[in-house]
Amino acid sequence: MFNKILIANRGEIACRVIKTARKMGIQTVAVYSDADKHALHVEMADERVHIGPPPANQSYIVIDKIMDAIKQTGAQAVHPGYGFLSENPKFAEALEAANVAFIGPPKGAIEAMGDKITSKKLAQEAGVSTVPGYMGLIEDAEEAVKISNEIGYPVMIKASAGGGGKGMRIAWNDDEAREGFQSSKNEAASSFGDDRIFIEKFVTQPRHIEIQVLCDSHGNGVYLGERECSIQRRNQKVIEEAPSPFLDEETRRAMGEQAVALAKAVDYASAGTVEFIVDGQKNFYFLEMNTRLQVEHPVTELITGVDLVEQMIRVAAGEKLSITQDDVKLTGWALESRLYAEDPYRNFLPSIGRLTRYRPPAEVAAGPLLEMGTWQGDAPAGDTAVRNDTGVFEGGEISMYYDPMIAKLCTWAPDRAQALEAMRVALDRFELEGIGHNLPFLSAVMDHPKFTAGDMTTAFIAEEYPDGFDGVALDEAALRRIAACCAAMHRVAEIRRARVSGRMDNHERHVGEDWNVTLQGQSFDLRTAADRDGATVTFADGGSHRVTGDWTPGDQLADMLVDGKALVMKVGKISGGFRIRSRGADLKVHVRSPRQAELARRMPEKLPPDTSKMLLCPMPGLIVKVDVEEGQEVQEGQALCTVEAMKMENILRAERKGIVAKINAGPGDSLAVDDVIMEFE
Amino acid sequence: MKDILQELETRRHAARMGGGEKRIASQHDKGKLTARERIDLLVDEGSFEEYDMFVAHRCTDFGMEKNRPYGDGVVTGWGTINGRLVYVFSQDFTVLGGSVSATHAQKICKIMDMAMQNGAPVIGINDSGGARIQEGVDSLAGYGDVFQRNIMASGVVPQISVIMGPCAGGAVYSPAMTDFIFMVKDSSYMFVTGPDVVKTVTNEVVTAEELGGASTHTRKSSVADAAFENDVEALAEVRRLVDFLPANNREKPPVRPFFDDVDRVEQSLDTLVPENPNTPYDMKELILKIADEGDFYEIQEDFAKNIITGFIRLEGQTVGVVANQPMVLAGVLDIDSARKAARFVRFCDAFEIPILTLVDVPGFLPGTKQEYDGVIKHGAKLLFAYGEATVPKVTVITRKAYGGAYVVMASKHLRADVNYAWPTSEVAVMGAKGATEILYRSELGDAEKIAQRTKEYEDAFANPFVAAERGFIDEVIQPRSTRKRLARAFAMLRNKKQDMPWKKHDNIPL
Repeated sequence: MFNKILIANRGEIACRVIKTARKMGIQTVAVYSDADKHALHVEMADERVHIGPPPANQSYIVIDKIMDAIKQTGAQAVHPGYGFLSENPKFAEALEAANVAFIGPPKGAIEAMGDKITSKKLAQEAGVSTVPGYMGLIEDAEEAVKISNEIGYPVMIKASAGGGGKGMRIAWNDDEAREGFQSSKNEAASSFGDDRIFIEKFVTQPRHIEIQVLCDSHGNGVYLGERECSIQRRNQKVIEEAPSPFLDEETRRAMGEQAVALAKAVDYASAGTVEFIVDGQKNFYFLEMNTRLQVEHPVTELITGVDLVEQMIRVAAGEKLSITQDDVKLTGWALESRLYAEDPYRNFLPSIGRLTRYRPPAEVAAGPLLEMGTWQGDAPAGDTAVRNDTGVFEGGEISMYYDPMIAKLCTWAPDRAQALEAMRVALDRFELEGIGHNLPFLSAVMDHPKFTAGDMTTAFIAEEYPDGFDGVALDEAALRRIAACCAAMHRVAEIRRARVSGRMDNHERHVGEDWNVTLQGQSFDLRTAADRDGATVTFADGGSHRVTGDWTPGDQLADMLVDGKALVMKVGKISGGFRIRSRGADLKVHVRSPRQAELARRMPEKLPPDTSKMLLCPMPGLIVKVDVEEGQEVQEGQALCTVEAMKMENILRAERKGIVAKINAGPGDSLAVDDVIMEFE
Repeated sequence: MKDILQELETRRHAARMGGGEKRIASQHDKGKLTARERIDLLVDEGSFEEYDMFVAHRCTDFGMEKNRPYGDGVVTGWGTINGRLVYVFSQDFTVLGGSVSATHAQKICKIMDMAMQNGAPVIGINDSGGARIQEGVDSLAGYGDVFQRNIMASGVVPQISVIMGPCAGGAVYSPAMTDFIFMVKDSSYMFVTGPDVVKTVTNEVVTAEELGGASTHTRKSSVADAAFENDVEALAEVRRLVDFLPANNREKPPVRPFFDDVDRVEQSLDTLVPENPNTPYDMKELILKIADEGDFYEIQEDFAKNIITGFIRLEGQTVGVVANQPMVLAGVLDIDSARKAARFVRFCDAFEIPILTLVDVPGFLPGTKQEYDGVIKHGAKLLFAYGEATVPKVTVITRKAYGGAYVVMASKHLRADVNYAWPTSEVAVMGAKGATEILYRSELGDAEKIAQRTKEYEDAFANPFVAAERGFIDEVIQPRSTRKRLARAFAMLRNKKQDMPWKKHDNIPL
């Protein structure tokens, strides 16, 4: 076994590898760029080597710099993590030349799988199911019909030179195939000047399901079940789970065996992933093979108990796999939510900056990892697992140079419903401030009926959130639970206020028990009956909730029990109430005495100003340049001004044609988010 | 007997109806509450005791003798806010437009006198059409009497003005002399002369909102300390402010039970100050992480944002905070920020509220605009205010403390009690670049040499230790333990007593 390994990566995956290495008694070396000087992975490692300026192409993916770091520290092996150099055959070659082990597959396997066409050919040869299609030139419509019949409907007729949906038709029968061929051909000719057409199977209701394989260099290989990664946004995976709610045992075995066959065909030796697209009838087709550790590997670990990083290290050290296929058992259910520094309310615009607050939920160990002693870290044991893989810390910085992923929050439970519930609570418990992030969106998906039913395709986000995400509207039952908690919390806060010093003796303020709570446009009259452990909250129109919890004023997280069921809320301050964030909703909750409520109802409803005719500052920054003048007509897409934020110049452009009515900020002004830069007529 | 009791109730009912249902409805239609409804929201439920309910004016000109409503356009009395005594007057726009008559003013004066005698804050809710023209000079005399009491009460009991409707002409000068002015967005305005007069005299066309609305006074003129969405929110926030303030100048600020750890360590503060000395960071994060329960009551949030002023609590005790804000103009001191902070410091000193100063200041803002507008005298206000303040003063330098601005910002030289510095702080006469350009003028042509000199200067002076060697810094502290250090410092200073030489009053450069 190695004494010392270098991790040629950063962020959560570097931390993840260090954890396992440490448990195996292996020394670790971190590499870091200027931007990561104080990063968590640098802190955690036994040694650290600086490798250059922040941009990855001047640091993390410069092979020579990594090789220097290896030389400098005497590391015997390198774990590449994912991304960066993980699938770069030249890197594997350089390591081989330096006689340093690569904790990954052999160079040949990387090369073979790195090319789309080669990998598909190899897959076909290995007996792996690939998307049926005809790559040759098609002469006329009748030939198209013939080929379509051979492939089986539906089929996709595509222009060779195509792109962006142009020259693309889906045909469900002969007539459509005939017509589709003709129209595709015409469109292709006029759009691309190239009327070559090909046909392939159109995969309906596609799901992204991938098989984790693990092979050693002695010809042994196993598959560790599948992961379903259908919840994607623009090809970026957002939520993954294992197993897939869709697969049956037979399909799983077929996919697994094909995946292992493919791995063996390229002499694979390490952990790898074979990605498939699966249609509504459980037909599956090979997409590609990722010759590295996947981001979403924890869900596989959670249901199999196998520490994939440990296995990769052992395989790289030449050890034989200690497990056979029969040893692989899938137990329970695991989910992973990827927390991204992306603002869901602003069309998932990346958000960078300081994590003023970062408090992940406490980890809990459970499931196969705990039973097999492969759980990393010292989390207390429980019934459902919570695991958070991260590379950041409170007070740290999300920089613009790297992937915007903040953390991977995973839960495991004996079944999917429980794993989902654990995830909902864990997401609510995750405190993250200072930057925009997708926590509310993740919570929303966890409560989406289609997702909870396991009924999804890769088009889930595009179809269910076609106009983007603008928060969650909670149902009345949920609102009542929150209202009950807020009333009880408000009462505690008011009693504390009434205990300020300097009171007139015997004329103290009496805090009442009757309240009106407004939230999400609804109003509830209720009464709190408090006792030592909590409060029973009775609604004027019937029904009551028992609320307990140890919230005290100032706590930013309220971990409550409503009728014995967990309700976790992030609590912020607003005048006369709370800002509550829970289950993807972001609510202003006002709690008032009946008299206050009566008077508050008289207050005019103030609509937020119409900002459609304004240019708002999208991020805190400094105006460096204003390109237009008052009274000037601007065209859609025209540059209006430049805002510098985090040393990056962002050009703000006109969303539509218009006339500049007023300019409120000039060069040198520093603006906050949503400050109005200019107004249009 | 019963009839007599009934008579009282009948009269009370008549008084409480103010200007009658129609005018009340019209008040509501404007999004405004009535004078009594406002008091209901301001003081603890059931605690208000009204005085002079049956007062009526004595004017007999212009047919006024036929219209003598109870209360005369203002509701006065006392109540409690979280059990603590406050005096209140609330002008009733439904009664004669809330106009100020001699008797109206007398009512206000009565409760102001009581407030001063009994040592409790006065909260005035302003919603008045102005002087009662029918009364002529009697009305003006009434204003004068109120003004004189505002002056006498200043520094004796806290005075808070809430502008909830029109407040124009001479009427503005009563709120102007109180400690805090709050406004309601869209339904209040203040100006000395209204849009019509402005147009006649200067030909400027301006709306009442532009001339004296909440936005104008919180952002441009700094007349108002905060603006709120509506009456309900404004009054709730006044209650919140009163919880921070002492009842009078002889009492300590109130103490409230708190649910926070005095020793709370905030690891993230160790990385608050960025590596690059020219990169801004948000000083509010520090304030919120120091404060009990992250609770901060900001004063003049929208004005001179390069300095932050407001109240927090440490161990349940009120502390006034003054902090440079590196996010805005690099936290530089200028006329506006100096004036804003000086007034705040003097308020704290007048009412025995300890002052915490957080320093990251690169100096004073240069330029003709500043000099022509008198930055010398305005800057001196802050210097003066700090130097004369005898309350406990604790200072934390987080980064830059350069030149004269270093001295101004509650330095040891201005009798600050405890001066802490973070390891990232640079206490120096100026930044390294500027200093070397002066010290090594002859080498300016040689970029390499100058870079070397700059580095030398940085190594020697861009740290807190030179000042610490001289005792100007009492202790260099870890950022993460700032809350604990401050809590201990203020606890240690709880019995501080410091006297000033006898004087009639000082002559602060106004």
